[in-house]
Amino acid sequence: MTVQTQAETGQPGWEHFHHVADIGVRGIGKTMANAFEQAALAMTAVITDPACIKQKQTVNIACPEAPDDEYLFNDWLNAIVYEMDTRKMLFSRFQVTIMDHTLAGKAWGEQVDMQKHTPAVEVKGATLTALKVEQQGNGLWIAQCVVDV
Amino acid sequence: MELNLFTRHSEYEWEIGPRGNMSVPARIYASEQLIRDMDHKVYEQVTNVATLPGIVKASFAMPDAHWGYGFPIGGVAAFDPDKGGVISAGGVGFDISCGVRTLLTGLTLDDILPVQKDLAEILYHVIPAGMGSTGKLRLNKKELDDMLAGGAKWAVSRGYGSNKDLIRTEEQGQMKGAKPEEVSDRAKKRQRDEMGTLGSGNHYLEIQHVIDIYDRDTADAFGLYQGDIVISIHCGSRGLGHQIGTEFLKSMAIAAGKYGIVLPDRELACSPINSPHGQSYIGAMRAAINCALANRQILTHLTRQAFEHILPKAGLDLLYDVSHNTCKVEEHKVNGKKKHLYIHRKGATRAFGPGHHDIPFELRDVGQPVLIGGTMGTESYILVGTKESETKAFSSACHGAGRSMSRRAALKRHKGRQIVDMLANRGILIRSPSSRGVAEEAPDAYKDVSAVVEAADAAGLTRKVARVEPLVCIKG
Repeated sequence: MTVQTQAETGQPGWEHFHHVADIGVRGIGKTMANAFEQAALAMTAVITDPACIKQKQTVNIACPEAPDDEYLFNDWLNAIVYEMDTRKMLFSRFQVTIMDHTLAGKAWGEQVDMQKHTPAVEVKGATLTALKVEQQGNGLWIAQCVVDV
Repeated sequence: MELNLFTRHSEYEWEIGPRGNMSVPARIYASEQLIRDMDHKVYEQVTNVATLPGIVKASFAMPDAHWGYGFPIGGVAAFDPDKGGVISAGGVGFDISCGVRTLLTGLTLDDILPVQKDLAEILYHVIPAGMGSTGKLRLNKKELDDMLAGGAKWAVSRGYGSNKDLIRTEEQGQMKGAKPEEVSDRAKKRQRDEMGTLGSGNHYLEIQHVIDIYDRDTADAFGLYQGDIVISIHCGSRGLGHQIGTEFLKSMAIAAGKYGIVLPDRELACSPINSPHGQSYIGAMRAAINCALANRQILTHLTRQAFEHILPKAGLDLLYDVSHNTCKVEEHKVNGKKKHLYIHRKGATRAFGPGHHDIPFELRDVGQPVLIGGTMGTESYILVGTKESETKAFSSACHGAGRSMSRRAALKRHKGRQIVDMLANRGILIRSPSSRGVAEEAPDAYKDVSAVVEAADAAGLTRKVARVEPLVCIKG
């Protein structure tokens, strides 16, 4: 039996994909910005269940101009890693606006609570491995890469 | 991988001759079974590394090699600055200077068993572990720069340990040539409250029991005896190293074209050693090495404090501290001539043989301790560097077991609680803030570390000295 990925079935959302040492995160959305938002949720899900993170605080995240959409996506995930690490926060909702390879985003979340969130790992960084941002034949955008944990 | 991809030079040496843009061969040290079980990505990555400018002799992979970023994990490559050689952020990895240190305790199993649970609890209490954990130390800008320049030596000057520790640490506890000014403000900000923290994933602090001694004389020199208790700490340069890796990976990948470097994979991100970009990374990476050395030194101090409460007679002398994600300048013979080469080891351990001047004086006659982390349910090894390894892979050996199962697959198969209970039944106490993290680190998610070590020993990369099994494991 062939297992179809969510990207192939044409459903917006997020999923993880295989990497033996780490884990791949993939966002699927109707727009590139939606795909970026969903991939950020996929990254949160590497750490904990996004459903257990309350949206108590908002953090603005900006990424200056990148050489292309793929580097911009990599910058976006790494900016979230930075905010999680320096603020000791987890995020469960994201909003992205993209214009000319620059990004303005928001992330909603709360302080890490070891008891409540029991984070499995910390994400060290988003890598350039399996990095892809593209619109598929079904019209949906995907944004993906492997994150180092 | 298919065996017919290789020319087999000996039972444990597999070569891929230069083809396409490869300027040197690729060579993997492993048993036939390990080669068969290896991900095909290792083939792709080890041959890609062989295309980089200025590479010397060969692109190597250790017996625990697996799919990494650009370089395979378990990859070793040397570059000659006089021949356009490069320095690669992808060849070092995100967790710069991640490594292992092992402490001798002078205790035996009989000392530990009555207080095993107490030790597990107190260590879990004093060692900050897991995502979001912070250390007690807060460094201002000047203190942070001093730490980045001083490494473990700085930590000792702040009261965390003694000069005796520095003698038993690579680089005598201080990586020279670090440039804190090349470390971004963002990287420094990530580290301001993370000194003395373990991290997460495969990082751990373990109380271990010496089960087997394979080389009596070397074990004597190392101070290891059957039945002894040792402590091992596995962690790296925390948020600061991760941020430096992130920033240079991107900037080196983008700048490669400017230097005329064609990257078969963006993750091979590199710059010429003799370029402003290359020099900037070298300065920042060395600062991250110091961060890792200082971090492990502080964790050692916290461990000693914990033992002081429960078993004050324990000595906790450092056996050795060795990193396995680095690039270091070393002197090696190439075609009979001594050369200073930039040796990248990504998930590979330096393994100098007897007589090398960088080995602490009292261990110089036997060789450098090589510390190999296993999994929380199996075993770890203490090995020694060999003379033979110099000609094999620039004095390098494996670093651990290497994953064989993805985190997702491990999580599908296991529940953290079951793993903790199963190991407790075998006398191994696990303490971790995350049940899911324990499931993802289940022992069977890793290759058989014994098979990896046997291959490294048989290939002549290193030699077995002792095998240890965990009694307590603090997991991030």
